[in-house]
Amino acid sequence: MKFAIVVHGAPYSDQAARSAYLFARSVIEEGHEIYRIFFYHDGVYNANLLSVPPQDEAYIESDWASLGREHQLDMVVCISSALRRGILNEAESNRYERVGTSINPIFTVSGLGQLIDAAIQADKLVTFGV
Amino acid sequence: MSKLLFVMSKSPRTINSQEGFDALLAGSAFAQCSVLFIGDGVYQLLKAQKPEPLGVKNYVLGFSALPDYDVNLIYCSKSQLKLLNINASELIVPVSQLIDDEVNELIMQHDKVLSF
Repeated sequence: MKFAIVVHGAPYSDQAARSAYLFARSVIEEGHEIYRIFFYHDGVYNANLLSVPPQDEAYIESDWASLGREHQLDMVVCISSALRRGILNEAESNRYERVGTSINPIFTVSGLGQLIDAAIQADKLVTFGV
Repeated sequence: MSKLLFVMSKSPRTINSQEGFDALLAGSAFAQCSVLFIGDGVYQLLKAQKPEPLGVKNYVLGFSALPDYDVNLIYCSKSQLKLLNINASELIVPVSQLIDDEVNELIMQHDKVLSF
């Protein structure tokens, strides 16, 4: 089965991000396909490259990046949500004349059309977080 | 064409509600979209809200443009309107009021549900 996963929750603030990650891993382990993972609302913070949690605690952003790299996942961050929250890639950072970038390049920055496309193409759309 | 149902369940004073509305507009370009307001989401429909003094954009003014985006199916929980003591005349757009069983049916009639 083909899954699309939507993440609305920031890491650490609530359970949504961790649950979404564990669900995504299970989907793969069970032999299903992940069409796309779309990060929206505060979920864009999962793509933050600059977070530094204590070493003996979970590092959710890093877990996402590893999962995405290992399974070549299409992980998309909504551009308008990301800009609003300071999650910038190099192109956006240059465009808006900000200093530095804050997004892990394993994530793609794109528009809401990617969310709608995922909803249409996948067999199941599962949303995590409010 | 895919049938998408957007479920709005949060008060209008969160950025997530505004981003949910953005997603609805994006969806209307690619799919047949309906929108359902339940829970605190019903507050989004209030015509008389004036959030500007709070420094917040009044994005709900955009609701009246929904028919221009071919979003003509706007639903609202009847029991929630009653619970919040809101009259249909106070709403910014005409809505179809659904009893709880009809809400369940509406969800079943759509291919996917996007909740905000």
